[in-house]
Amino acid sequence: MPFIPADQIKERYDVIVVGSGAAGGQTAYTLTMEGATVLMLEAGRNYDPVNETPMFQTHAQAPLRGASTPDKPFGFYDSTIDGGWQVPGEPYTSASSEPGRQFEWWRARMMGGRTNHWGRISLRNGEYDFKPRTRDGLGFDWPLGYDDVAPYYDKVEMLIGVFGSNHGLENTPDSPEGCLQPPPLARAGEQLAKQRAARLGLPVIPIHRAVLTQRQDPNVLPAKIHPNNPRAQRILAASMSERAACFWATPCGRGCAIRATYQSTTVHLPPALATGNLDIVSNAMAREVLMDDAGKATGILFIDKTTGQERRAYARVITLAASSAESVRILLNSKSARYPNGLANSSGLVGKYILDTVGARLGGQIPLLENLPPHNEDGAGGGHVYVPWWLYKEQHAGKLDFARGYHIEFVSGRGMPSATSFNGLESVTGGSYGRKFREDARRYYGSFLSFAGRGEMIPNEDCFCDLDPVVKDKWGIPVLRFHWKWSDQETRQAAHMQKTFAELITEMGGRVTTPPAANGALAIEPGGKIIHEVGGTIMGTHARNSVTNQWCQTWDVKNLFVTDGGPFCSNADKNPTLTMMALAWRASDYLLEEMKKGNI
Amino acid sequence: MSTPLPPRIDRRTALKWVLTAAASTALIERGLPSALAATPATGAAITPVSANGYGTDPDLVRDYKPGDVWPLTLTDEQRRTAAALCELILPAEGNSPGAAAAGVHDFIDEWISAPYPTQRADRIAILAGFAWLETEAQRRFNRRFADLSTDQMSAIADEICFEPRARPEHKEAARFFATYRNLTAGGYFSTPAGMTEVGYVGNTPLVTFDGPPPEVLRKLGLA
Repeated sequence: MPFIPADQIKERYDVIVVGSGAAGGQTAYTLTMEGATVLMLEAGRNYDPVNETPMFQTHAQAPLRGASTPDKPFGFYDSTIDGGWQVPGEPYTSASSEPGRQFEWWRARMMGGRTNHWGRISLRNGEYDFKPRTRDGLGFDWPLGYDDVAPYYDKVEMLIGVFGSNHGLENTPDSPEGCLQPPPLARAGEQLAKQRAARLGLPVIPIHRAVLTQRQDPNVLPAKIHPNNPRAQRILAASMSERAACFWATPCGRGCAIRATYQSTTVHLPPALATGNLDIVSNAMAREVLMDDAGKATGILFIDKTTGQERRAYARVITLAASSAESVRILLNSKSARYPNGLANSSGLVGKYILDTVGARLGGQIPLLENLPPHNEDGAGGGHVYVPWWLYKEQHAGKLDFARGYHIEFVSGRGMPSATSFNGLESVTGGSYGRKFREDARRYYGSFLSFAGRGEMIPNEDCFCDLDPVVKDKWGIPVLRFHWKWSDQETRQAAHMQKTFAELITEMGGRVTTPPAANGALAIEPGGKIIHEVGGTIMGTHARNSVTNQWCQTWDVKNLFVTDGGPFCSNADKNPTLTMMALAWRASDYLLEEMKKGNI
Repeated sequence: MSTPLPPRIDRRTALKWVLTAAASTALIERGLPSALAATPATGAAITPVSANGYGTDPDLVRDYKPGDVWPLTLTDEQRRTAAALCELILPAEGNSPGAAAAGVHDFIDEWISAPYPTQRADRIAILAGFAWLETEAQRRFNRRFADLSTDQMSAIADEICFEPRARPEHKEAARFFATYRNLTAGGYFSTPAGMTEVGYVGNTPLVTFDGPPPEVLRKLGLA
């Protein structure tokens, strides 16, 4: 039985992986496909995406028409279980009570973690993104470059299935032939935005998202992904054969019962389990890394949430993939007389340089989109197109008042009407009700769109997390305390977003629904709100200036790895999940080699 | 569509407003001075809800109806007002039922009975709004709101249907009306019949996604 209760874990494994999301899923996948035995610990409950996903439910079938509540902050049908901005019994704290200094932390206590609901946007970091300090003197360079990661981007794209296309744009890498699936056609509003954006010099191109637009070829891809491993090829081919292509209905955030999108639970875990090398314990809340006298990690101390009891699991190598902040928490809680500041923390940098994404949005109403003939715009769930950062030259020439770029995501069109879809319509109707309101609802439905900026933040000394000296969770484990402050770099970027979006809406003949904010501090989302938190165990060239090396291996403890977003030492505007998976795969290859050599 | 919610009135403001606009309405609110609670009761009380929510791990695939998760709380009189106002905002037309016939007031009852912050705030605004409507109906037509003719209801609604144009003493009532209209439209157009009427034709599996049809592209000047 691959899903096992806590009392049935084996005496010893090759590797323990803490976490089952994008990072844990990728790590366990790579290791088990290459023959290592793995125990995965997941803090939440098991989850069956085939039977638990509300695929065609309408909002009228949900409480409150599916509206957002504190229990389900992204709406009733969001796939997140036992999670959200707060997890009952598992608090986190903020060091400041100032409004601009809050950090919000989204967690999902469930098998597959946040991959079940994520936006599926899968953009490669470019060359510049790994060497930002070299370009503008800010932040940190990575101890690796694009060429080191590129082969892993290729493999991840082929494995999980990513649609998109190549345009040869600056710092926006093309994928080799055969990696990407064909992108879907743009929707009406997206096509109109493309036409008008061109007049402003903004390129609108297909976005890359982890959604199968056609079935994966089980006769071709497995051999490319696992060239010297016939068994892995057979297992992957079988798993790919069970995934359907997108049938252009139901939002991806609900999860996907037909396995057309990437979720750890539908893409990474099934083949990893099929190897027979993976045991998974759910409801296993990792508390600390166990150490021996020689300074090697020996296992994980965890709480079996079903009984409340402490248990220990042992392995040759320990890999934390619990989410960047949760992995920081485990390291800091692994303190002892020998490691008074927590584990792998001789640099004092565990918890430092946490990063999120700069987010701001602006909406508009577009008269051209009124009264369009009804047509189906569900498509592949999220946006089909985006604007990659386009002002590299202007920025490099010093013409902008902020460093680093942002991309623009689109929310347009004729989505399934919800409880709040018609809120505030009086701003265009002048307050109609009765028959006129019915007519207005038909007229204006689909005529609203919004643009969301997703930009790069610079690491700073004010953004970090440590252990709260007082507060503990319901298991008695000390919780994280977040410290946060945007710098002018980020707030100026947010102001630029607002100005750009307002220009775009005007160029489309539309009217902004709220005035653009000239002060970016008023437009920027709070820290953590974009759910792109990375950093906290940054990688670098030396034990003095970083927590891990380029292989996500901690400098201080050779058989301890952190394969989630923690080792990110910058956070490009490209959404982090694809890069996280590529780095987890690369780290896992290195881990296997080092095990083979007997170094760990 | 994503447009911001209209500003909400807090409890204190709601109470003040109701006390001035509908002084004859009794309010039995936690913490309210007993002298106020003892005023003659002609309307219904605004009591906070005490039920539990659906929690962080609800069954996502079952079919829910208003009242399944927490009890509905409108009185019979309030339900009549709720239904009348739903029907005024979205009356029947052609083959489409009116909002009350479509059961939207059940959804609104579910909404204002829910134990979550947004809904708790809306509960106060809406129940206070109902009390205001009753007072206004009595004052102008000497009848209950639900018993008014459509023209009489409209005479009241016209004063409060658009906050920027409402008289100062009607601003609060106009915000109530905006909230109620939002909920009526959201409740109505999220039903299968409402979705079809508004022109949403998705939620159905397709073999291919063909993008916008030619007539749409022509209309947008993109063909």
